[in-house]
Amino acid sequence: MKVELLINGVSRSADIEPRKTLLDALREDFLLNGTHAGCEHGVCGACTVLVDGEPVRSCLMFAVQADGYEITTIEGLAPAPGELSVIQDAFCETHGLQCGYCTPGMILSAHALLQRSVTPTREEIVEAISGNICRCTGYGQIIEAVQFAADRLRKANTPRAATQADQPVAEAK
Amino acid sequence: MKPAAFDYVRPGSLAEACELLAGDDDARLIAGGQTLVPMLAMRLARPARLIDILRLPELAGIGEEKGAVVVGATTRQAQAERDPVIRASVPMLARVLPWVGHPPTRNRGTIGGSIANGDPSAEIPLVAVTLGAEIMLAAKDGSTSMSAEDFFIGPMVTSIDQGQCVRAIRFPVWSHPRIGVGFFEVSSRRSDFAFVAAAAQVALDEDGRCLEIALGLGGVADRPLRLDVSSLLGTPLEAGSGTDAVNAALADIEAMSDLHASADYRRRVAGVLCVRALEQARDNAAAKPAKGAR
Repeated sequence: MKVELLINGVSRSADIEPRKTLLDALREDFLLNGTHAGCEHGVCGACTVLVDGEPVRSCLMFAVQADGYEITTIEGLAPAPGELSVIQDAFCETHGLQCGYCTPGMILSAHALLQRSVTPTREEIVEAISGNICRCTGYGQIIEAVQFAADRLRKANTPRAATQADQPVAEAK
Repeated sequence: MKPAAFDYVRPGSLAEACELLAGDDDARLIAGGQTLVPMLAMRLARPARLIDILRLPELAGIGEEKGAVVVGATTRQAQAERDPVIRASVPMLARVLPWVGHPPTRNRGTIGGSIANGDPSAEIPLVAVTLGAEIMLAAKDGSTSMSAEDFFIGPMVTSIDQGQCVRAIRFPVWSHPRIGVGFFEVSSRRSDFAFVAAAAQVALDEDGRCLEIALGLGGVADRPLRLDVSSLLGTPLEAGSGTDAVNAALADIEAMSDLHASADYRRRVAGVLCVRALEQARDNAAAKPAKGAR
């Protein structure tokens, strides 16, 4: 079946069997291997992508269902080749990953959260990543990474003088 | 974990979808796919054709009627969770939605899909049965509806016929100004399948006496159940007063036993959670002003 998808702002088309998941189509037909295949039945969250800005499991959606939506994969977050987004960089800074398998899904879930609000509570962060399983970190440093990224994003949108006045840094640490 | 091959069609109207469904015993409807796609991946389901109804305009939207809120079948769970009409008028549904799966599954999963799936531990069917919602069905030869209590028969078994499609769910709205909701659930992890879930809604009069009461239990029997606690009507629902009514209502229930929890455990936890849900509902109702608009 001919399918046209809007992936990371670029319109792409391929001939895809209806039974192929969006996950497999991204990896095999569009060579976007940053989206990871984990359990392939909707449990682990490794395959999370954004559909119209909201996180969804790409293993639970067929590629033929995905036309007309704006799909964002981990490859679509960095501002330029060789650079990292604020959230990606925060994961490196705080060691929010070890093996890295869950990381693209974690970062996209965090990205969707921080698009809505740069002042999430710890509970909101935990809820946002509750559908993503990590077997290495114990989640503590992932939560720290999201808090750190939120702090940076807050400062990026605040005039310098005001930033020095409040003290969200200590709270994030 | 790859589904077997199938044909995929996306009809442009509900009538067309019903037409396609009526003529084909090997066809299945797909909307959010959050339960069906894992079933396909594990090859527990192998339909020859999937009919995608997710984008049909007739199944979308949340509307208010006199005394009810009608939730279109393809309303995403995440959308319902945020919806101001549902929050104000069907607070029990808004209350349970954070317990339905995880944010990514709620972004795709639909209200109608959870109803059609009929999982005995699922929260949305529990709310439908507890509040006495009406399940509205579409088919090639016309629309029908039935009460949620008649709709659910057993684990993943509903009264729906092969040619029928869940069109919407009509949740009754209580008119009293002081309404409170309570909900408790026990599962192995947050958002996992409930071993026991209890949902309660009460309305209080100006003196704090119970005007209307609804109590439902999920995960215990082979389908969600509405419990009769009408003996509490007219009482102030004092702490501990619900225990006898709850125990009487639970007396004849056949509890399920499985790897996760025995029937005895489920029965015991059911009693505790039902009482807690009633008390939480009463507290929430009592916190609302006795007079004035909701």
